[in-house]
Amino acid sequence: MEGIGRLECARYPFLANAGEYIADKGFTIEAFGTDPDLVPFIELAMRRIEAAASGLVYSSGLDAGDASEQSVDREVFSFVVATVLLRAAGARSLVRRFALSESRRAERFLERSLARESRERDMPARLLEGLFSVRVRRADYGYGVPVASYVRRSVNFHEREWKLVNRDVHAGLVRLTAHQVVRLVRQELADHIAERIRQSPTPPTLPNFEPHVARIRGLSESLEPKYAEVTGEHPPCVKHAMAVLERGENLPHSGRFMLATFLLGRGWDVGRIAPLFKGAPDYNEKTTLYQLNNISGAGGGTRYSCPLCDKLESQGLCHRTAECEGIISPMQFGRRREA
Amino acid sequence: MSGDDEALLRGAIKEYYIESREHVVVPDQIASREFGYQKLGYDGMIRHQSLPDEGALRVLLSREAPTDVYCSNARYLFPSMPMKEKEWQGADLIFDIDAKDLDMPCREGHSVAVCSECSRVSPAGGPCAACSSSKVSLRSLPCQKCIKAAHDETEKLKSILCGDLGVDPASITVYFSGNEGYHTHVRAADLDGLGSRERRELADYVMFRGAVAEAYGVPRQGAKRRDLPARGERGWRGRLAAGLGAEALKKAAAGGRDRYQGALEAASAAVGARIDPQVTGDIHRIFRMPGSLNGKSGLSKVRAGPSPAGIYAESCLLADRPVEVLAECPHRFSVGRRRSLGPYSRERATVPLYAAVYMVCKGVATAAAGAGGQGVN
Ligand SMILES: [Zn+2]
Ligand SMILES: [Zn+2]
Repeated sequence: MEGIGRLECARYPFLANAGEYIADKGFTIEAFGTDPDLVPFIELAMRRIEAAASGLVYSSGLDAGDASEQSVDREVFSFVVATVLLRAAGARSLVRRFALSESRRAERFLERSLARESRERDMPARLLEGLFSVRVRRADYGYGVPVASYVRRSVNFHEREWKLVNRDVHAGLVRLTAHQVVRLVRQELADHIAERIRQSPTPPTLPNFEPHVARIRGLSESLEPKYAEVTGEHPPCVKHAMAVLERGENLPHSGRFMLATFLLGRGWDVGRIAPLFKGAPDYNEKTTLYQLNNISGAGGGTRYSCPLCDKLESQGLCHRTAECEGIISPMQFGRRREA
Repeated sequence: MSGDDEALLRGAIKEYYIESREHVVVPDQIASREFGYQKLGYDGMIRHQSLPDEGALRVLLSREAPTDVYCSNARYLFPSMPMKEKEWQGADLIFDIDAKDLDMPCREGHSVAVCSECSRVSPAGGPCAACSSSKVSLRSLPCQKCIKAAHDETEKLKSILCGDLGVDPASITVYFSGNEGYHTHVRAADLDGLGSRERRELADYVMFRGAVAEAYGVPRQGAKRRDLPARGERGWRGRLAAGLGAEALKKAAAGGRDRYQGALEAASAAVGARIDPQVTGDIHRIFRMPGSLNGKSGLSKVRAGPSPAGIYAESCLLADRPVEVLAECPHRFSVGRRRSLGPYSRERATVPLYAAVYMVCKGVATAAAGAGGQGVN
């Protein structure tokens, strides 16, 4: 992408010329790895990574509107160093999570700029077109996204509101709010960031990086979900949900609810279920435990039961096979033969 | 089918592809398409054929005299390879509307039951009148009401495609299938690369399937803040209000969110374009080639005009020299330029060649001995 200003570099540091930005400032990766004066940037980079590891989105002075040169430097430098550290650690599951966290961060800026009545709105539109070939038209009602661009993305969403028939569609454009436009490209943004990290060359071993690289490896390992005990006795909808999590992809809330209620129904306790969600790109241990306890009825609340097959089907979660013949709830899967 | 029947059809088909070359629409980018065809005396479809150019297509048509010829809407790098290795490059978007799917009340009145055991023809709706077998196959004869209904659905589809989805009318070509339906082909650069799931989503849109109450003005909570569709609004809101009536929508909404949701789901049949969604979603399909003969009727797949009235005559492109057949059909029917044929009670009749082919294809006649020798061999 050409003609990116300083501020855009800070907001969207994953764009191609963040590296150039560093070079223009007279720095190199080697300098960050050896110069004691630059250690604060490594610490900022670690904060970005740690935020991602705990399922949070990193915040900084930039969010509060600090657009000073120092602020911009901090943003770009810490992002670039973070990607270097992740690459050096070869931490696959953490890269995915970092990419998602950073894309959420970028979303905030995109959304804010799109919602603003100013020249600033041009940049997000250019970014969407440059990275994902989505031509966003601005209009009095919000934004228009061409039908083809819309459906290519919306088919990956399970929520029915994203079905084209539930949108205002006219003259080849789907009307969306700034928030919806940004939501539409979320996965691609994360994929783009992850891809950039994966494709960057493995950096040389540098003394200032070493302890952090070791720490990142540790963080990444603790995030690897353990699936060994999960075997083929589950119905296809549940297996599918597990596979989605295992790939580190996003499982909609309804899918998580199904998985949790199913396993609780099969006698699993919360402590055994929670680690399955570690694969989710937005995993947060506290939130997960809170939600699981809630669903399980711990502390005298209502215990939720697993939704019935027709409900799951309407939510796009059903992956029926011949073995599902004659059951109306995933809980009955595999059991009816014994009866 | 008897040897005489086959000889009659083969002669007529060869003659058509040799004498009426101008009717065949040679597919563009022909070398990137997969072809398939069916021929007499051979059950099933011959698929995964590739043809380098128009000349090869002409040779195939006149040499094989296929009863039906199909061409992929997709373009491939290697069209004759197995499906997984073809390397899909993009495909026209196609919508299929067929009268048989429109639940027309007139259908039984113009359909016949051809017995699979004894080949005798009975009125539709019961077993074979001659041998009481229940193994009958239903064949529908031309009906102006049915073809008008299919035409109207096609017009509805076009208005949704152009008004809502922004399809340029110039990129749409509508063909009469040669039997009882219409094929709408859309050639648009931005839609060409869409995959199967995306095309099914477009199909759901034009069919008005998958609508939720929240998106049509009745939220789950805060039922007071309703915003029901009104006549004159654009897109589905306007069509919904026009199709069901504002009063009916109001009544359903008053019954609560679930009731309203039920009304939306039921509305699909009334207001949606009644296409076959399987066809639109299949990006590896082969479709009847424009300008080719339809083996179910002997009529040609031709471009549809603005009105369905003359379509059975316009698509009737075989010769009209007299041919003798043995006909059995309980209904009066028209085909091509002949307004009135039948009913026949197992009798010899002399009819134009195109009508003879039509009747043999439909199973309501067999060629009288020697009738097949008159075409080009
Ligand atoms: Zn019979
Ligand atoms: Zn009819």
